[in-house]
Amino acid sequence: MAGSTLRFSLLLAAAFAGRATALWPWPQYIQTSELRYTIFPQSFQFQYHLSSAAQVGCSVLDEAFQRYRDLLFGSVAFRFPHPIEKRHTSEKNSLVVLVVTPGCDQFPSLGSVENYTLTINDEQSLLLSETVWGALRGLETFSQLIWRSPEGTDVMAYNKFNVFHWHLVDDSSFPYESFTFPELTKKGSYNPATHIYTAQDVKEVIEYARLRGIRVLAEFDTPGHTLSWGPGVPGLLTPCYSGSHPSGTFGPVNPALNNTYEFMSTFFLEISTVFPDFYLHLGGDEVDFTCWKSNPDIQAFMKKKGFGDDFKKLESFYIQTLLDIVSAYGKGYVVWQEVFDNKVKVRPDTIIQVWREEIPVKYVKELALVTRAGFRALLSAPWYLNHITYGPDWKEIYLVEPLAFEGSPEQKALVIGGEACMWGEYVDSTNLVPRLWPRAGAVAERLWSNKMVSNLDFAFKRLAHFRCELLRRGVQAQPLSVGYCDMEFEQT
Amino acid sequence: MEQRGLARLRLPGLLALLAALAARTPRVSASGDLNLWPLPVSLKTTPRLFYLSPGNFFFGHSPTSKAGPSCAVLQEAFRRYYDYIFGFYKWHHGHNKIPSEMELQKLEVSVIMDPECDSFPSITSDESYTLLVKGPVATLTANRVWGVLRGLETFSQLIYQDSYGTFTANESNIVDSPRFPHRGILIDTSRHFLPVKTILKTLDAMAFNKFNVLHWHIVDDQSFPYQSISFPELSNKGSYSLSHVYTPNDVRTVIEYARLRGIRVLPEFDSPGHTESWGKGQKDLLTPCYHAREPSGTFGPINPILNSTYSFLSKLFKEISTVFPDEFIHLGGDEVNFNCWESNPAVLNFMMNKGFGKNFKKLQSFYMQMVLDMISTMKKRSIVWQEVYDDEGKLLPGTVVQVWKMGDFYKELENITAAGFPVIISAPWYLDVINYGQDWRQYYSVKPLNFAGTPEQKQLVIGGEACIWGEYVDATNLTPRLWPRASAVGERLWSPQEVTDLDDAYRRLTRHRCRMVRRGIAAQPLFTGYCEHEGRM
Repeated sequence: MAGSTLRFSLLLAAAFAGRATALWPWPQYIQTSELRYTIFPQSFQFQYHLSSAAQVGCSVLDEAFQRYRDLLFGSVAFRFPHPIEKRHTSEKNSLVVLVVTPGCDQFPSLGSVENYTLTINDEQSLLLSETVWGALRGLETFSQLIWRSPEGTDVMAYNKFNVFHWHLVDDSSFPYESFTFPELTKKGSYNPATHIYTAQDVKEVIEYARLRGIRVLAEFDTPGHTLSWGPGVPGLLTPCYSGSHPSGTFGPVNPALNNTYEFMSTFFLEISTVFPDFYLHLGGDEVDFTCWKSNPDIQAFMKKKGFGDDFKKLESFYIQTLLDIVSAYGKGYVVWQEVFDNKVKVRPDTIIQVWREEIPVKYVKELALVTRAGFRALLSAPWYLNHITYGPDWKEIYLVEPLAFEGSPEQKALVIGGEACMWGEYVDSTNLVPRLWPRAGAVAERLWSNKMVSNLDFAFKRLAHFRCELLRRGVQAQPLSVGYCDMEFEQT
Repeated sequence: MEQRGLARLRLPGLLALLAALAARTPRVSASGDLNLWPLPVSLKTTPRLFYLSPGNFFFGHSPTSKAGPSCAVLQEAFRRYYDYIFGFYKWHHGHNKIPSEMELQKLEVSVIMDPECDSFPSITSDESYTLLVKGPVATLTANRVWGVLRGLETFSQLIYQDSYGTFTANESNIVDSPRFPHRGILIDTSRHFLPVKTILKTLDAMAFNKFNVLHWHIVDDQSFPYQSISFPELSNKGSYSLSHVYTPNDVRTVIEYARLRGIRVLPEFDSPGHTESWGKGQKDLLTPCYHAREPSGTFGPINPILNSTYSFLSKLFKEISTVFPDEFIHLGGDEVNFNCWESNPAVLNFMMNKGFGKNFKKLQSFYMQMVLDMISTMKKRSIVWQEVYDDEGKLLPGTVVQVWKMGDFYKELENITAAGFPVIISAPWYLDVINYGQDWRQYYSVKPLNFAGTPEQKQLVIGGEACIWGEYVDATNLTPRLWPRASAVGERLWSPQEVTDLDDAYRRLTRHRCRMVRRGIAAQPLFTGYCEHEGRM
């Protein structure tokens, strides 16, 4: 059957009507008309503009063209029985992409410019962007504008997320396979043969993400949340005491030993090389002082350092030493808010991630405090998507305004974004995807779109549509409310 | 009404004796290595081990069994359970030959009475069985095939691979039968359409948990996916789309798939409320609502005052009673909103003529009574939601009432059973209502008979259902949301009353959920941890 029997329409309709209402997240600026164009999959091409800095051979865009071609026309089984009708509209044979600044092989970074301009009219269909990252975002928007299409991190790109925060290890297990310390996984993973991430796995995740303009931010949380590190590195964790004897249990990383810092030094040298992003996440949350308090060696160390009874000072000492190690490797870092709350002296370029909703202060207040102290802030507190309740909780998630705190414009500028978190206590591969999508989509639009885009009815319509689009693309996104999608999820 | 206790009294000879013994000595506490779910009535195991070789093991019929190779229910089950036991593991070929005195070569199945191979399971189906695991031949004995199915599930759960990869089972002796005869899962295919494949998956998982009723809430306000032979317009106009329908063939597929697993399919056609979608394909069925003496253009519940309503319903239910073989039909009857009836002058006039005054509950009763009578002339029995009882409808004796309202449901159980009606409990088991954390504990800790009443009243509790309503659930999230949370309900309805230890349940359920994952059910985790075979998405 000839490909020309397949037809897609590209409609730029008035905003709040027609196809444009299916966009997610909503663009900063959009102007549409009633005019529509037809696309024939057989003849349609993505092209590089002659004066584009990126040309054929640019891995990021070549692959993206392939991906979006598949997404748009890939699994088409829909045929128009009356191809004569096609003369009602005019044809678009290409989308021309013009990237201004060269660079296709780098990794995306916090400073990456993702702006783009997409113009489709009688004269041209042009996607203009400063960088390849902007072109990626524009391609996603373009793909969402095509309608009548008959019917992991990919889905992050569909939502224009650009950071994959990978909380790799914690108390429960250590699945990251370290080549300097292989014992960590051998002794600390759930199963050292199957439940691990090999160097190759990590590399693949990072490259997969890069091709979609997504950074991989690796978190190795210390000194708490480290139980699984213990079996592989004897002496790393603090032995807890019961009375005057070791109880046989262990607490946070032992901050009183030189060995600890030597280990961290070697370990983070590896991490700094494996993960290309400028930033590492160093954790620092929820350090329980009980074990430190029970240990006579720690007590002696406290006395020697003149910390008195203030274990926050000990925590501070640990974190500062660690930050010095990591910054010597030319890396920046993100830490959880406790590091700031406990008044650890950190370098001014530290990014503070706000995760606590109410304590010690409401997260809105916390953002004000963090930015007043001149630190950059990341918001997660209202976006713990592992917490579930009955009903359309995406609305609450959507209505969060990250800059609704008292502060100067300079302070607001220090809020560099946010993250939707899907902690794993009750989540694994059986339920991750439907629990995350489309709820995380609500966060995505809050972080991408203009502050003024906050109408719930408008969002509901678009998000419901978008979740059906996700289903069509093979993402098992759960429903927002009653209703249906043309293509339902099919059990395998 | 068949009472729960009667099933046990009908057990013949040896089985009855074993059951009686089991009743006197509550279960021997489960050995630490056993991962059975739900826990059987009586379980005795010894440290003696038997080994199975995938190439040498087989299921067979005992020469004295009333069922043979022509019994499809059993032949299908043998193949299925062979796969569950051996299919998902890597085989270790060329392994040392198992010494014959330690090998378990065969599970010999014996059905004592008319096996019911070609029947549909029913509320009175006998699901009891005894299982003797030893070498070289283990035996599974039951009165009917339904008991064999439950016993095969238990047998498959007893077999594990030791650290050398050898399939192993402890010598055991199990006597088992369900505590309640009605153990159901409610699915809702109106708020969201569930593809047939998803329903079949659910039936698989139900069998793993010894559930025996699929309560199919097939239509509701939002859509009418049931394709009726007599009234094709109902789904033509009332379904979400023409691909969102269950054809007669789909329905047959579900019923047969369920039958092979010893599961009844209980259809619900809820009326007179919850019927918005019916109106699209059946003119004049719904009550036109009025606003200031004019029809407002909106519609309410089914119009109870027209003869045409009852002739339509009679024809529809006639069809349903043939399509669905189960003895019961669920008629709904919940959440009827009276506003529309109140607004309609013709309805008001009818009320006056009938002497109902302003009491719309009487009108509702009138309607339900008509439908209930209709069903009984079709030689079927009815199940209704609790409102029908609450609103003092005159129910035929034997009508089953399903309790779903959370507020003091124990009191409701007491009242309904005091009035002599059998009940099904759902109130504490609305699994579509989700919370953070281990809510399975609360489902598990429900005590179904914890209400004031005579032993006869308690006998009227025929079971319960875990409900997964569809407002926020479709094929994308049904399975992880249902399992293993519904498993907690499964054990509560199958195992003896004394089985309540949460720590032991946690240990067994964690492993049971990994077993479900290995068998292809995306059951979500209970807490941190892992399965040897993780779900592959």
